[in-house]
Amino acid sequence: MERRSLTATIFVYLAALLLAAVILAPVVWLFIMSISSTTDLITKPLRWWPETIDLSRYGVLLSTAANSAGEAFVASLFNSLKVAGMATAAALIVAIPAAWAVSRTPSVGWSLYAVIATYMLPPVALAVPLYMALSAFGLLNNVFGLALVYLTILAPFTTWLMKSGFDSIPREIESAATVDGARLDQILRLITLPLAAPVMATAALFAFLLAWDEFFYALLFTSDQRAKTLTVAIADLAGGRVSDYGLIATAGVLAALPPLIIGLFMQRALISGLTNGGVKG
Amino acid sequence: MTSNWITTRAWLLMLPLLIVMIAIIGWPLIDTVRLSFTDAKLVGTEGNFVGIDNYVKILSGSNFQRTLITTTLFAVLSVGAEMIIGVLAALLLNQQFYGRSVLRALMILPWALPTVVNATLWRLIYNPEYGALNAALTQIGMLDAYRSWLGEPGTALAALIVADCWKNFPLVALIALAALQAVPRDITAASMVDGAGAWSRFRFVIMPYLAGPLMVALVLRTIEAFKVFDIIWVMTRGGPANSTRTLSILVYQEAFSFQRAGSGASLALIVTLLVTILAVAYAALIRKSAGAS
Repeated sequence: MERRSLTATIFVYLAALLLAAVILAPVVWLFIMSISSTTDLITKPLRWWPETIDLSRYGVLLSTAANSAGEAFVASLFNSLKVAGMATAAALIVAIPAAWAVSRTPSVGWSLYAVIATYMLPPVALAVPLYMALSAFGLLNNVFGLALVYLTILAPFTTWLMKSGFDSIPREIESAATVDGARLDQILRLITLPLAAPVMATAALFAFLLAWDEFFYALLFTSDQRAKTLTVAIADLAGGRVSDYGLIATAGVLAALPPLIIGLFMQRALISGLTNGGVKG
Repeated sequence: MTSNWITTRAWLLMLPLLIVMIAIIGWPLIDTVRLSFTDAKLVGTEGNFVGIDNYVKILSGSNFQRTLITTTLFAVLSVGAEMIIGVLAALLLNQQFYGRSVLRALMILPWALPTVVNATLWRLIYNPEYGALNAALTQIGMLDAYRSWLGEPGTALAALIVADCWKNFPLVALIALAALQAVPRDITAASMVDGAGAWSRFRFVIMPYLAGPLMVALVLRTIEAFKVFDIIWVMTRGGPANSTRTLSILVYQEAFSFQRAGSGASLALIVTLLVTILAVAYAALIRKSAGAS
């Protein structure tokens, strides 16, 4: 067992405190801004803890009264849920059979590298033709159109994750079932897919977070409440003439809540996903 | 089952993915190449074939050169800082202390915060009139008068790099930490018995375990940083005086603000080529370092 000197121990604790402060300060400040009254936020010297706690902005943003700030925010929240949900489901539907095929048939493996390589493409390389095509099909400012475009990001990514998931399931289990006379669809439905369920859940979470986070395509392809996602709505608030900084902060807290909750509770799965993806490349 | 049938079956299972990929990636990419040789507008005119005019204009223009330098600066400085701080944080988290697991759990916060929320948050922190950074620095006496961190060309890029670094160093730290935990305890113990100092222990005992995963993190982060758009668009839109304009912002302005689809497409392909060169160079580097160890 390593034994540390007292100085080393003090140094470790100081460094840990510093790291905790660096990580926490911006997030905590975002939350404090969201519950401070406007006067507290614009006094000088700045008050770091509000004199009066003001939770009204959460009510404002989550209200659905016509033509209110809340109506636009709630609409964008639902758009984000719809787009991310549809894109995730579609990505899994096309990725799972392909990933299984590549995992069990090495001779077609090169096609997977072609798919993964597209993940490196900058979105700007596809943006202009996609814009023209969406416009031609009447899918601009439409949640289905945006979800379809999000497949450019989610499909290669989920295929990659699912392939390494199937790789870790021994193919002997499948061949044993074949010997016992099971058909391919029975093998997949009864054996392989249940075994791959944890990987599927991780892939779905990652895909959902990616879509929830997406901004570039949403900025280009949506223009109003019918399809604008949360990220675009928040960028509008931050860049617009909103004078209530607390309202911007509240929108940020609300948009950050789902991924933060997923992140904290699914920590183990996320970290192993991150590091596996990172190590295997 | 013949191997022929197995291969056919594999292709059939891959068909849905391949159709989607060709429709929304393959075809648009080819169409971008076609557009890059035309003077097409985003809406309306189809445009005429203009040969390599767009490329010549872009490569000889000062806008592109300056933007390339800004992008490189952003990528090198932010990724460099993320790697250094990330490894230091991982070394710390690999020590034993009370609250370690809580601190490790907290590391997921910046990573999970949506990029746009992160950009908005830092924009508020840097606010010239009421921002927390001005207030904090003034209250501890390090700053005489409030400054416009994102409004001055001298500080805007640095301010962006800090915001980007805060969001992304925890990811590097978590990857490095996973690698550190694979270092066998007896090896570090043996090297201490042999009298290795802290630095040589890090360099010769720990670093070989870290190198592979860190290299992959470096590749992915550099490519991401080179393509950066979101954080810059939300915080500065490329300003002030274009001091934070990166390549993706320039493509956006050319193709969508000025609606010049043709030259926007050629600019986008130049960016794609640069990213591809980065990716290929790194892949070669990884293979080499994997072969060496």
